[in-house]
Amino acid sequence: MKKVFMKGCEAIAEAAVRAGARFYAGYPITPQNEIPEYMSRRMPQVGGVFLQGESEIASVTMVYGAGAGGTRAMTSSSSVGISLKSEGISYCAGARVPMVYVNMQRGGPGVGTIQAAQQDYFQATRASGNGGFKMIVLAPATVQEAVDMTYRAFDLAERDRNPVLILGDGVLGTIMEPVVLPEMKSDEEVAALKQKNRDWAIVGHSREEKRGFIDPGYWSTDMQEAHCVSLNEMYERWQREDVQVEELYLEDAELVFVAYGTSARIAKSALKLLRAEGHRVGMIRPLTVSPFPAASFDKIDYARCKCVLDIEMSIPAQMIYDVELALRERCAVETCLRSGGNLIERDDVVKKAHEILKGGVER
Amino acid sequence: MELNLMVAGFGGQGVMMIGKLLSQAICDSTDYHVTFYPSYGAQQRGGTANCYVVAADDAVGSPKPSIVDQLIVMNDVSMVKFSPNVKSGGIIFTNSSLVKSGAGREDVTIVPIPVTEIAMELGSLKVLNIVMLGAYIGYTNLIDEDLVLDCILRLLGKKPEFIELNKTAFAKGLAEGRKAKAAHT
Amino acid sequence: MNAVYTRTKTLNGNLLGFCPGCMHGTVFKLIGEVLEELNIDGRTACILGIGCCGLAQEVVSYDLATAPHGRACAVASGLKRSNPDTVVFTYQGDGDLASIGLAETLHAANRGENITTIFINNGIYGMTGGQMAPTTLVGMKATTAPDGRDPGLHGYPLHMCEILNQLTAPVYLERVSCNNPANVRKTKNAIRKAFQNQLDGKGYSMVEVVTSCPTNWGLSPEKSLQFLEDNMLREFPLGVLRDR
Repeated sequence: MKKVFMKGCEAIAEAAVRAGARFYAGYPITPQNEIPEYMSRRMPQVGGVFLQGESEIASVTMVYGAGAGGTRAMTSSSSVGISLKSEGISYCAGARVPMVYVNMQRGGPGVGTIQAAQQDYFQATRASGNGGFKMIVLAPATVQEAVDMTYRAFDLAERDRNPVLILGDGVLGTIMEPVVLPEMKSDEEVAALKQKNRDWAIVGHSREEKRGFIDPGYWSTDMQEAHCVSLNEMYERWQREDVQVEELYLEDAELVFVAYGTSARIAKSALKLLRAEGHRVGMIRPLTVSPFPAASFDKIDYARCKCVLDIEMSIPAQMIYDVELALRERCAVETCLRSGGNLIERDDVVKKAHEILKGGVER
Repeated sequence: MELNLMVAGFGGQGVMMIGKLLSQAICDSTDYHVTFYPSYGAQQRGGTANCYVVAADDAVGSPKPSIVDQLIVMNDVSMVKFSPNVKSGGIIFTNSSLVKSGAGREDVTIVPIPVTEIAMELGSLKVLNIVMLGAYIGYTNLIDEDLVLDCILRLLGKKPEFIELNKTAFAKGLAEGRKAKAAHT
Repeated sequence: MNAVYTRTKTLNGNLLGFCPGCMHGTVFKLIGEVLEELNIDGRTACILGIGCCGLAQEVVSYDLATAPHGRACAVASGLKRSNPDTVVFTYQGDGDLASIGLAETLHAANRGENITTIFINNGIYGMTGGQMAPTTLVGMKATTAPDGRDPGLHGYPLHMCEILNQLTAPVYLERVSCNNPANVRKTKNAIRKAFQNQLDGKGYSMVEVVTSCPTNWGLSPEKSLQFLEDNMLREFPLGVLRDR
């Protein structure tokens, strides 16, 4: 397979096009501008649509409209822009409109910094809008993973008729890495995918057909409740069937790292150093932060394991709540955190690991 | 193989392009994992610019390592600011036309190349980054020079006059790098 | 016997939930008749705003999506651009179109989206219970302007047709009303033209319908008509602002 050298944002955009995305709307915000820029060039080449919305709100709503018409549609933004998109994301979740969006996280809260952070974990996994809906949230650590996950995200979004989030950060969006791009879906395949959605899409149905009806709400409280119940069944199914995780050395680990995305690749390089030194360090890397790989924590041998180290580019720690729920107090939890756009340092992780393994951690 | 390189200088000196060309050449010609990270800030022009190239046999960890093996500095400010980040035994390539400060330490090798002067002699300041890239390859022999030149010609100026200029600049840098290497061994 | 008038087939017979004297029902009837006459109801999608118009969801036979509050024109833009053969219209009230959705409305019009907007202007928020709208008249009482709209505090009513008429792209802007049979006929003609423009690929059309809200105006349907004629139409004069 031929590898190309691509920037994270552009590789994600190309993967979306290859997956059959034929509509993109977005609004400029650093560090994800290369996605709309790339789409503005690429969409017309494949008979797709690029629209620069007048705001994040308009952009996500355009995607709601395109998705409601059965087209594979995508938007992207970063942190503060994602907050603005939360209205449209909630509508997609409520009205069962498939869509894929990307959050290249930056520092926060507020406008924050434009550099990479993982400060939106709660937003991504708990409340990406009103109404308590959930999404499958994919957390790539490399450009290759970002490409593969984006390609798959459209299938997941369509399968569930629900938004899917690619949770990256400023580093992932900005770096260039070698990547093997997935196969380009043919025009016929893309048309067939759209045709499959015709039953429910609002493309115009004759009076003899069942009409397309995209409804983010109900007049009846019982119908709304039934809707929530059925959504919840889907969320529970994800927990059984859609968790993706990388597990390293859990069987002998005395210390287990938990990290996702950019933090995880740095933590993994620390793990390699520590293993080379003879330390028994393991790792759980959620590839889906939602559904969270809670079951992986059952594979840890708690007779050996002293501590789980939660590694995030977020202060306060956010993923730690999922970690603690999964751990159920079977061992101690420590954190190694950076924030504000500063990256986790490999040597900080190594140092923290040394402290823990020596038993000299201050509480 | 493991490479941690930082390139730093003024915006407009083609700092990012050095890193991009080098990492593109590594991607094209080797099986190494390679990551190019162009640091970004709010300033569009006139500020300082820096980027990182990390390559390894195995997966790349941090794309922006705090300690690097090698540093290319194109201006004095960057020398002062970043030379402490080079690990002991590392190499600092300096644009000696502009970098007047020393590293203030004895445990690193300094490779001074007057790239601004060389570029001016060649008739265009625009190619000072290509001179530096040539010098870096000439000194380190990291990858085959023809592969790097191929990348330069593919990614930069399609106009015939730029092609010639870039070729000359790269060749000149290469010779300077080799000369420096010979002097150090 | 020869039927000289039947209900449009685009109304499925479900009960309309609108208040007595409300003109939403009239406008949906006119839209339905136009869609049938142009033979496009089988390829039409309505993007509904938020508010009383939502009551039409279960009443019309054609495809429909509810937009987030104010964003109908953005939804329509996304849908129409990716499904150019679908006839797409937005149906929005004044709070929706001119307040929370002002940006989406203006920018869709400015892009010359090939869509049709039906804008219902009754100068008040209906469903939420009579709060001040961007089109509430100066001095007119609302639950959030208990002493009447004060320009020093709330500014003046927005004239959407006139605002959109500053843009280059829109092709058709007309303000109509449904206060008497003649005006109902004019409204239907305007709606027809706005859909025909879309079928002809001409671009953005908006029909503003000045209507009444007896419930929240606190007037009987009959007195509402009088208020509309005496006050609303003075602030919002009827007529074609643009027809290209």
